[in-house]
Amino acid sequence: MKTPDLTAASASATDTRFAGASLEARGVRMSYGSVEVLRGADLTAAAGEAVCIIGPSGSGKSTLLRCLNGLETRSAGDILLDGEDTAAMDINVLRQRVGMVFQHFNLFPHKTALQNITLALRNVKKMSQEQAVGIARRRLREVGLSDRGDHRPGQLSGGQQQRVAIARALAMEPQVMLFDEVTSALDPELVKGVLQLMADLAGAGMTMVVVTHEMGFARQVADTVVFMDAGVVVESGPPEQIFEAPQSPRLKKFLSQVL
Amino acid sequence: MNDLLHNFFDWQLIGDVLPDLLTYGLRNTLILSVLSALLGSVIGMVLAIMSLSSRPWLRAPARVYTDIFRGMPAALTILMIGEGVFSAQISWLASPYPVAILALSLMSGAYIGEIFRSGIQSVEKGQGEACRALGMTHGQAMRLVVVPQGVRRVLPAMVNQFIAIIKDSSLVYFLGLITSQRELFRIGQDDSVATGNLSPLLATGLCYLLLTVPLTHLVNYIDRRLRDGSRRPAATPEEPSLVDPKEVLV
Repeated sequence: MKTPDLTAASASATDTRFAGASLEARGVRMSYGSVEVLRGADLTAAAGEAVCIIGPSGSGKSTLLRCLNGLETRSAGDILLDGEDTAAMDINVLRQRVGMVFQHFNLFPHKTALQNITLALRNVKKMSQEQAVGIARRRLREVGLSDRGDHRPGQLSGGQQQRVAIARALAMEPQVMLFDEVTSALDPELVKGVLQLMADLAGAGMTMVVVTHEMGFARQVADTVVFMDAGVVVESGPPEQIFEAPQSPRLKKFLSQVL
Repeated sequence: MNDLLHNFFDWQLIGDVLPDLLTYGLRNTLILSVLSALLGSVIGMVLAIMSLSSRPWLRAPARVYTDIFRGMPAALTILMIGEGVFSAQISWLASPYPVAILALSLMSGAYIGEIFRSGIQSVEKGQGEACRALGMTHGQAMRLVVVPQGVRRVLPAMVNQFIAIIKDSSLVYFLGLITSQRELFRIGQDDSVATGNLSPLLATGLCYLLLTVPLTHLVNYIDRRLRDGSRRPAATPEEPSLVDPKEVLV
């Protein structure tokens, strides 16, 4: 039996350095109808920093994340990318700069892994076919899937699909990556590979905001952990502080339930 | 009993009518149905996109259109459009074929629009979101990802519609046809009246089945291919490994 080593993905992903930008949310509010799910949430990710958002279901973690790239429209509050107010930005330019990976991968089932990556390069970045394919192949190699380029998503495992989704987002050369519970839909044995890849990205300088239930990941990889409950950030700080010395009763209760 | 058999299975009469049916009858029916199906699909796609729009002034006309053209008998619509065109003396249109194709397209467009709409609506919300998250516009997301998937899902339902068009194309006879313009139904009917025997109609029915049954199987085959393509490797002979060994080791 071979000793467990890092995936091919992690070995090559660390070769690439990313120029992450800072991302800041101030007093973000958002309602679904009459239900206010975000009631003034704040969040700061410095350039190259990994921020993990934890908290109970329905606390507004995913909604806050989706406000950051405009998939949800906030009713109040500011979001600053690299110090710039995003309200004035073209939404599609903002989204090229802030990539996102979803819980259910959301790969395009009628396209191969390679085409999943080239589609936006061709149509949004208006690249030539050769250029787009070149980038897509490199990104697939970085996530350890160079031999899966011609497979459709349905022919890949959940872990492989999620790595294609990460490669697809990275191909747009974003300055910030958002991860929305990306391992929650995976079989347990596939979770580690995806988390390892994310840890490599964080190590390579990508600014990341990660909504996760993986406390181990938050503890090891995050620079800052943010605890949300009932639409607000209750407590935030470095992982040691959040996990070893929680201040608020709500965080203490939450940790006692999940750890 | 013998009379009944003779009335339907007079091989001599069937043999006499078949050449007309198989040459210009089949051809004319195909011209009417194929062009109507194509034009109807275009109209249907426009209606589907309109009815899925967030703008009420786009949704409302699509709704009204669908209600009208889906709600009236095909024969009535063909007659009204035909008489309307003839009386308006639009010369380039005032011939049975263009008018019938127009009427059949307008009607099938209403049905096809609803089929496309349901297909497009059945595509998971995450597909559009993934596109938007990559910086695509709403239009790009629809055109490149959502609509192609929606259309694939409703291929079987489209067969029903194409078959309905083939059958409804027989109504063109309302508009008055000269001999060489007759399609399957009209040829069979004329022959049946002339001979006082139903065998030509039987032959006509077989000709319709010759079109509709293979069409059904063809689309089912395409449908199966599209589904298999998204599940099983087509080109790679090896067993698709569900668990990447690398992932287990880490």
